[in-house]
Parts: sequence; structure tokens; C-alpha cells
Amino acid sequence: MTPNPTLFNAVAEFISYEADLLDHKEYQDWLSLWSDDGLYIVPIDQNTTDYASHLNFAYDDAEMRELRVKRFMGGESVSSNAMERTIRSVSRFRITATEGDLVEARCAMQLSEVRHDQTIHYSADLEYRLKRQGDSFVLHQKVVRLLNSNAYLRTVAFVF
Amino acid sequence: MTELINSQAIEMSLEERVKEDRVHKSLYSDPEIFEQELDRIFNNTWVWVGHESEVPEVGSYKTATIGRQSVILSRDRKKELHVLVNRCKHRGATVCEGKKGKTRAFTCPYHGWGYALNGELRALPKPEEYEGVIDKKDYPLDKLRHETYNGMVFATFNDQIESLEDFLGGAKKWIDLFMKQGGGYPVKVLGDHRFRFPGNWKIQLENTTDAYHFPIIHKSFISSLDDQTSDIFDFLDGAGYVEDLGNGHSVMVMIPELVNLEDNLDEPIPERFEQLAEALRAEGHEEAEVRKLVRAAHGTGFNLNLYPNVACSMAFFRVLNPVSVGETEIHHVAIGGEGAPEAFNQKRMRLHEHFQGPMGFGTPDDAEAWERVQKGAQSGTDGWILLNRGQANLHTSKDGNVAGAVCSETGMRAAYQQWLRSMTADSKEA
Repeated sequence: MTPNPTLFNAVAEFISYEADLLDHKEYQDWLSLWSDDGLYIVPIDQNTTDYASHLNFAYDDAEMRELRVKRFMGGESVSSNAMERTIRSVSRFRITATEGDLVEARCAMQLSEVRHDQTIHYSADLEYRLKRQGDSFVLHQKVVRLLNSNAYLRTVAFVF
Repeated sequence: MTELINSQAIEMSLEERVKEDRVHKSLYSDPEIFEQELDRIFNNTWVWVGHESEVPEVGSYKTATIGRQSVILSRDRKKELHVLVNRCKHRGATVCEGKKGKTRAFTCPYHGWGYALNGELRALPKPEEYEGVIDKKDYPLDKLRHETYNGMVFATFNDQIESLEDFLGGAKKWIDLFMKQGGGYPVKVLGDHRFRFPGNWKIQLENTTDAYHFPIIHKSFISSLDDQTSDIFDFLDGAGYVEDLGNGHSVMVMIPELVNLEDNLDEPIPERFEQLAEALRAEGHEEAEVRKLVRAAHGTGFNLNLYPNVACSMAFFRVLNPVSVGETEIHHVAIGGEGAPEAFNQKRMRLHEHFQGPMGFGTPDDAEAWERVQKGAQSGTDGWILLNRGQANLHTSKDGNVAGAVCSETGMRAAYQQWLRSMTADSKEA
């Protein structure tokens, strides 16, 4: 693919902005990044692309994304209330495909969380499908491929 | 023989620690008790190792754990099932590290000893050095006794105990009802969520027969449901009940209308299943078939707790593996129908994801509570876990069993009485 620094910068900026929103729990702004038919997916199977036919950790359409945010912020969930902060960084961006106004990109994410005085670390590949809108993008699909999705995880009370 | 165990500066026999109406908190925290449990319970009881659908073909296998021991459930060339100890007879290395898959043989990576799907030792490098030393037929992988009931495969290290069907006893009828959620298709495992929490395994065992916690700890889950569905989950004042099925097993019926999924097929289709019904109609299924599948997609209205490590819990299998006295692994196994319409199985998986697993709307809150129970169990030297709810309000069920209200602790009392029997029974070879 021909290098396109303008597109690269725009994608990196969008993904970094999303990461910042999530670390600072600005969930309403995060929800507004999505298209109505967008999907936030955290698969268990490391290789699958047929997410609907597999069991995932999360397979969120617009309704489930809203419910998830409501659960995190609503105060009724004791495990969500125990969530303190996350700090993540995203890097190693690569545009993997472009077609019309659709852009596919992936990057690495390192995320740390403090839960019950313990620091927990997650690494993941993030795969994005973005649609151009003005000088930015709308999120169509975000797939979080956790490095340890086959292991025994504990509570995840935040958005990857 | 009942051993006295020194624990936390107190000396109490197991009988003193397990009363009908309460158990001592050291049952959650005493490492010596945990070691005894591995021997007396997990090595001497029928333990769930898998569902037949997880090993569908010749060469299919999955690994499971019985106490600390890794075992392999495999299907051989004659399509027969085997449960094998996952340990090479040469140096003792595990011969299989995958969760599940397909293979022609189990080959030890260290020195290349190769075992057939039925455990027989078939190949070893440099055989001439073993001539006159060993005979291959004397060195198969160790095999466990195993039996199957309605697709559920159990194994035991104890060749002397009763048959699986005798052990399951009154639970069998409920297993049969549970399997109706295939919607007319054989029940099939669709995947699992694996979850770990820092707490004793019995905390999870209790949870599956604990309706009392549901509206409290799962408030955020109930809030995420439509009104019609959240009414269904408002079952504490309903006609549900808990029944002691013997041998530590119990059933907790939360939603009596969903005990038999082949009943009430004429009722209106609930809002949250409308989309599924539409998808099935669009695929050309007859209305009767649509209704049957929609009904099955609900899952059952009961939790069947099978002592010691598996439950048929509404719409999934809950499996627990004790790791240490203060650490437990849980598998929440999603199920659907083998050959059922894809829309049906996908709906089942989406419902599973909604509640279960580390990102579900239910499991994490349970785990948070369990972690706190474990913390509480470790503080101080004395303290009891109460099991007496509903003790003065018991009745005899239609099947002649002790039963209490839906939120009673009848199922926990059943499990702990069985626990005491297994822990104090004279062991085979003590």
C-alpha cells in the first residue's frame, strides 16, 4: 500500500482520542463515536473473524454498548464500583486496507488497571474498521484481540 | 475415621465444623482441609469431565481437571470414549496441552513415547533398548472409570463406588428436563467462558443454589433487561422451591413455568425473542417449530446443582475446578442445539455473553462477593457461615424429597451434609 501520512495521522489521532476517552471514563463521548450498526467485540478465539458464530467475551451492538456503560456508571454493580482507573497506550499503527470511505487499521494496546490494590496488565491487538466522516471517522467495528484470551481472566469492568 | 485437624489455633473435628444449619468458616480457608477434599471428594466421587458434544468425532479430545490431576477425554477409532490421566508413563510429562482439538495420537514431546486415543502405548524410540525390559502393553496411560448420562460425561478414580446413575439418583429427571433446551436438537457445547476468583470452591458450589443473592448482587443485570424479562427474574416471592435430591445434589426452581420447555408453547412470544422468531420464520420454519425453538432459547427456569463440580444452571453448564484453598477456576459452558438453526445458536451465545464471563453483566458481581466471603473467612479465628434460611418452613416434594422456599438454603445444607459424609467416610485404603 502506498504510504499516506495524512491518513495515517488521522487514524492514529482518532484511535488515540478514543483511548483517552476510555481511560478518563468519558463514556458518553465514546458512545457517540459509533455508527448505529457498529460492533464492539472482544473474542475468545484468537483467530476467528466470524464473531457472530462464536462465543465472545463481548459482542456489543449499540444497545449493549449503552447498557454496558450504564452498568459501569450506574452504581448498582459492585464489581464496577471497584474499578478505579485504567491507563493505556496505543502504538504500532498500521493501515491494513482502504476501500472508498472505509479504512481498516490495527495497532497494539498496553493497558494497566489497579483493582483491589493489584496492578493488572493487559496486552491486545486492536482492529478497527472506520468510516470517514468530515475530517474524522465513525467507528464501525472494533475488535480487541487479547493476548491472553485463552487464559482464566478476572473481572473486566471497563471498555478495552 | 475422622481426623482432628489443627487449624487457626483451634481444634475441631469435621463434625463440629459442619452443623445442619451452619458450617465453620475454616472450611473455606484451611489448607489441610483442602488437601483432604482433593483426596476424599475429588479422587473418590463422580466428577464431571465434559459433554459428549465436545468430543464429537474419532480423534476428538479435550482436557479437564480432577482436583489437581489433568485428564484427557478422548474418542478412539471405534468412537468409544476414554478418560486418561495426562501423564506419560516414562518421565511423567503431560502428553496433551491443548484445551481441545483433534489428534491421531498423544505423543510425549520429551522422548517421543506415543499413545493411541484409547491410551495404549504404541510407539517408543529405540525399542531395542527396552527388549526384555518392558512390554508396551503394560504401559498404557492410566485410565479412569467413566460413565455418561444424557450426554454428560463423568469420571472417577475410585473403581468401587456406585454407578453414575445411582449417584445421580433424583437428579436424573432434572438433567433430562435441562437437555430439552436443545429445542428438539441434541444439546451441543458452543464455547465457554473461563473465569478465576480468589476464593474457595465451595463458595461457588453454594452460589448455584442461592436465589437469595440474585436481586441484590445482580441488580445491574436486572436493570439491563426489558420490563417483561426483569419481571421473570423477580422470583423470590414466586412459587419456586429448592429440593434436596440426595447425594449432595439439589435443584432450585426459580421460574416454574420454565421447568418443562415443551409446555406452554402457545404463550405469546416475549419481546426479547421477537427478533429470533422473525429470523426463524424468515428461514421458513413452521410456527410450531419457531415456538419450540424460542421456548428452548430461554433456557430452563432452574439450577440443578450436581455435587461436587458441575451444575446445569438455567441455560449453561457451570463447572468448577478447585486450584487451592483460596483459588477456584470456573467454566461457564454455553450450549445450543447440534444442527439447530444458526439464529437460535447465535441468540443463545448472545444471551450467555450478556450475563457470563469476565465481561458479562452477572459473573463479575458474583465474583466480587465471593472474593469478600473469602477475605472474611481469613480474618479472626472463629466464625460461622449460616445455612439456616428457610429451615423452619420445609415441606415434602412430590418426589418425596425435603424441599423449601426458592430462597431457602436447602440445597446448601444438602451439599454440606454430603461433604461431611465424603470427608468422614472410611477411605478405601486410608
